[in-house]
Amino acid sequence: MKEQLTVLKNEALAAIAEVSALQALEDLRVRFLGKKGEVTAVLKQMGGLSPEERPAIGQLANELSEKLTEAIAARRAELEALFLDVRLGAEKLDVTIPGTAREVGKQHVLKKTLDEAMEIFIGMGFTIAEGPEVELSANNFDKLNAPEAHPSRDWGDTFYFDQDSQYLLRTQTSPVQVRVMESQKPPIRVVSPGRVYRKDEVDATHSPMFHQIEGLVVDKGITMADLKGTLNALIQQLYGAETQTRFRPHHFPFTEPSCEVDCQCFKCRGAGCAMCKGEGWIELLGAGMVHPNVLRNCGIDPDEYSGFAFGMGLDRMTMMRYNISDLRLIFENDLRFLRQF
Amino acid sequence: MKLSRKWLADYVDIQASDKEYADRLTITGSKVEGTEDLGANIENVVLGQVVTIERHPDADSLWVCVMDIGEAEPTVIVTGADNLKAGDIVPVALHKSKLPCGKEIKKGKIRGVESNGMLCSPDELLLDKQDYPYAVDHGILTFTADEIKGFKLGDDIRPILGKDDSVVEFEITSNRPDCLSMIGLARESAASFDVPMTVKEPVVKGSGGDILDHLDVEILDEDLCSRYTARVVKNVKIGPSPAWMRQRIRAAGMRPINNIVDITNYVMLEYGQPMHAFDHACLEGGKILVRRSTPGETMETLDGVTRTLEDALMIADEQKAVGIAGVMGGASSEITETTQTVVFESANFNGPSIRKTAARLGMRTDASGRFEKGLDPMNTLPAVQRACELVELLGAGEVVDGIVDVIAGDRLPIVVPLNADQINALLGTDLTRDEMAELLTRVGFTVDANGATVPSWRLDVTQWADLAEEVARFYGYNVLPTTMFRGSTAQGGYSPRQKRERQVGSFLRSLGYNEILTYTFTGQSALDKVRLPEDAAEREMLTILNPLGEETSRMRTIALPSMLETLARNASYRNASARLYELGRVYLPNQESETRCDERLHLTLGAYGDGADFFGLKGAVEALLAELRIAGVCWTAVADDPIYHPGRCAEIRHGDMVLGRLGQVHPLTAKNFDLEGEVYAAELDVEVLFAAMGPERTYVPLPRYPAVTRDIAVVCDEAVTAQELQAVIASAGGKKLVESRLFDVYTGAPIPTGKKSVAFALQYRAEDRTLTDEDADGATAKILEALATKLGAVIR
Repeated sequence: MKEQLTVLKNEALAAIAEVSALQALEDLRVRFLGKKGEVTAVLKQMGGLSPEERPAIGQLANELSEKLTEAIAARRAELEALFLDVRLGAEKLDVTIPGTAREVGKQHVLKKTLDEAMEIFIGMGFTIAEGPEVELSANNFDKLNAPEAHPSRDWGDTFYFDQDSQYLLRTQTSPVQVRVMESQKPPIRVVSPGRVYRKDEVDATHSPMFHQIEGLVVDKGITMADLKGTLNALIQQLYGAETQTRFRPHHFPFTEPSCEVDCQCFKCRGAGCAMCKGEGWIELLGAGMVHPNVLRNCGIDPDEYSGFAFGMGLDRMTMMRYNISDLRLIFENDLRFLRQF
Repeated sequence: MKLSRKWLADYVDIQASDKEYADRLTITGSKVEGTEDLGANIENVVLGQVVTIERHPDADSLWVCVMDIGEAEPTVIVTGADNLKAGDIVPVALHKSKLPCGKEIKKGKIRGVESNGMLCSPDELLLDKQDYPYAVDHGILTFTADEIKGFKLGDDIRPILGKDDSVVEFEITSNRPDCLSMIGLARESAASFDVPMTVKEPVVKGSGGDILDHLDVEILDEDLCSRYTARVVKNVKIGPSPAWMRQRIRAAGMRPINNIVDITNYVMLEYGQPMHAFDHACLEGGKILVRRSTPGETMETLDGVTRTLEDALMIADEQKAVGIAGVMGGASSEITETTQTVVFESANFNGPSIRKTAARLGMRTDASGRFEKGLDPMNTLPAVQRACELVELLGAGEVVDGIVDVIAGDRLPIVVPLNADQINALLGTDLTRDEMAELLTRVGFTVDANGATVPSWRLDVTQWADLAEEVARFYGYNVLPTTMFRGSTAQGGYSPRQKRERQVGSFLRSLGYNEILTYTFTGQSALDKVRLPEDAAEREMLTILNPLGEETSRMRTIALPSMLETLARNASYRNASARLYELGRVYLPNQESETRCDERLHLTLGAYGDGADFFGLKGAVEALLAELRIAGVCWTAVADDPIYHPGRCAEIRHGDMVLGRLGQVHPLTAKNFDLEGEVYAAELDVEVLFAAMGPERTYVPLPRYPAVTRDIAVVCDEAVTAQELQAVIASAGGKKLVESRLFDVYTGAPIPTGKKSVAFALQYRAEDRTLTDEDADGATAKILEALATKLGAVIR
């Protein structure tokens, strides 16, 4: 019987070593170690042994059973690792194939620029005010100190809804200033972005509808030096910390003193090129100290309060930031354009 | 305003380069738009004289000229022009010269004769008959003695042509009409460089006589004319003006005409005071009345057009009008070859009146453009004196002694208190009153203890803030300190509503919709194209009375046409598919509103291509509604909206609020926009969406017990809607039914015609225990029974 066990052991170990499929390995386990297996069959014959032989054979049989269980487990682990390698090898992908396309919509580039500007203003403590586009002449012109004969009131420049020129499409976002000052006590710190309308034919740099951002600060002791500091900070955040600015006197009916602010041309750094029309400077925005008449018209005492206002063209700002050469692209909404930003 | 630097030198000595000059003036507020060196394109062209001229030996159309160009040896030049004779003095382009027309000249042989350059025609120098009235067509330019006075043969041609000059173009703001003049810009230049300036007072010799024998002036409407100054010139000799005057007028961007007209233009350019010269013979009775036009009054203007006037200021005699004040003269008073006696008018008219008349007649002129901004009434006298001085200088006539000067309203000089503290507080500076006074004095103010007296030409300065600007201008805007404003710390940010709008936009982008921005004006035809019914309320739109065109004459009441136009444009650009959104305003007329208009924000979605379909769009809208916490939305089929497909359109309601509608755009609507294939759109009223928003979300505990699910499929009439089935399921399912999800709709065999099979996945759950199969089966049975009895939907 001892020989029988030895033969069985050698036969089983050889079979386990040779097996190359998990199912075949399981079959071997059943064949040798199952309830009706060959090792079990040997053990069942132990009844015929003498009591002296039984413990030794019994121990041999148990050892054989353990040995085969171990061998099967080891072989299983070996085969599993092998098969995993094979499977993973077969699953290899060309990772350079592009991923599944997911279209996420784009924010319009003008709104994107607006957002960037608003972030800066919000950081400076501004709130955002909006107002109607169909406005009263009183808010768009009269209260903003525009004289009756101001050329911007011309029917050739402003769109009107009535013969008496009382209702119009706002030509600037400044009437929002009026609305804010009439409804809010200083300190005031608002910025108002929005659409404005002027009677210009559409071309590469003009549109009868465009966008402005207007800012207004009113408080005690606001100075023109504050205006300069604020606008410098704004421009440097928008266009880069190294941006050089230049303030030059200008005229707006609603500010006094008034100014326009230029920045040194991004392209030629002041030397003069096609982009800046040889001037070396690019006009960025208009600004000034709120005219005492305007403060008074809006119910704010100019002896107690002062303020500054500034306005800039969002469309032009967008074109400059993204190097867009034709304003019409902004309103054409060609997806090939929209998807670029 | 174009400024000749040579002309400027009459008043102020500034040695700066053109660039330095432009930069300095720009920084003090006279913005320079550009600078042009008039002689930049002329090189190596000199004054020469024809010594002899003979036919070319080998060419009948050419001449061989021996030229004296101021050198020891004469030089030979061949020309094709036929207008020359010995002794003529002409421009000679030498070997290696450049001409403004772009030609470069080199010596060479012409038909065997050596030619050492070229004799120039006016064309080649980019000059015309207005520059040189004597010039012969297709001929060489020959100079008159007057034109080359002070020059010698061989001299550079540029000073002779007036091209040794630069023209600086200024953008003059509307508050500074005084700077629409050489003297005005000279004042700014002198102040900017802090150098003195001089304007010579005009001196008129006169020729005897008395103006009162010729002219009487009465201002009838004093509100429209504050001053009328005039002089009379007799024995007028009309002819070209001298070269220097033609050159200056040309440099300023105007055209030389004849001596009298040129004098009026010259004085306008120099003093900023428009002048009018007209034929005295047209004045019946020799009296000028300055009056408003009579109702229905007509007059033929210089350009031969008969104009009907309305509330215009007229220059008239006692019988008829002879000119429209400040705008244009009358045909009857035009100066002609036969004119003997001329009236020079130098007046101060009311700006707004001139502006209205010029605008109404569509005749904005250099003169009206100056008057409308408001002019210095003190300027009329020196200007008319200067005109008469020039008449005498040019020998254009004899100035009659005496001046008519009618002053209707005297304007006293304005004195503005100069309070240094107030100005320092506004500018953020620390200047003394004396320092401010020095800066103000530079630009013509006189400062004493009372304040600053405003010079008569500065009609824009009326109060202390205006003085502050003058101080700042010459102190230097860029020298002013730079500080950050202080004051109470403010919390910036978007308003809750602005945040919601941004939330809508970013959510739609996450769903693949791209943002567009479209024009808000439209026309009736856009509503026709979109097939909006004739009686729709949206047909009533705000109308722009002075639009750019019919198509942009109304403010849109719906945004869908803009969306469809954008989709169509993208389709025409061969973008295979598009998903777009616009958050844009519509403008609803409302007489009750302050602005007669309610501006509402609308959300418009549009899609075509790449599997765009009804449920794709509906899914996007449903997701948005969920994002905005709008629950309990009701969808109703709309079959009668001509904009949309009659079987594929739904109105979206929340309670009694209409949120909007969506659907497939009717193929006929799409066709009107040249859109092929299926196009989908949704229109939502953002104001209503925001009103329908539910409360902020709070945490709901996660379920503690598992759910039991049952799938059912029922067969019902095709007309029964999913919404109806869902409603019955919900009410019959009781509290334990937590979800019923439609997952299949099927028509076709074996389902009978006219019927459909609809399948739902039902989910039951209790909060306090695990439900049993019996619980679920019982509830499902109730649901099936209700579906059968209420909707005739039987289990499949």
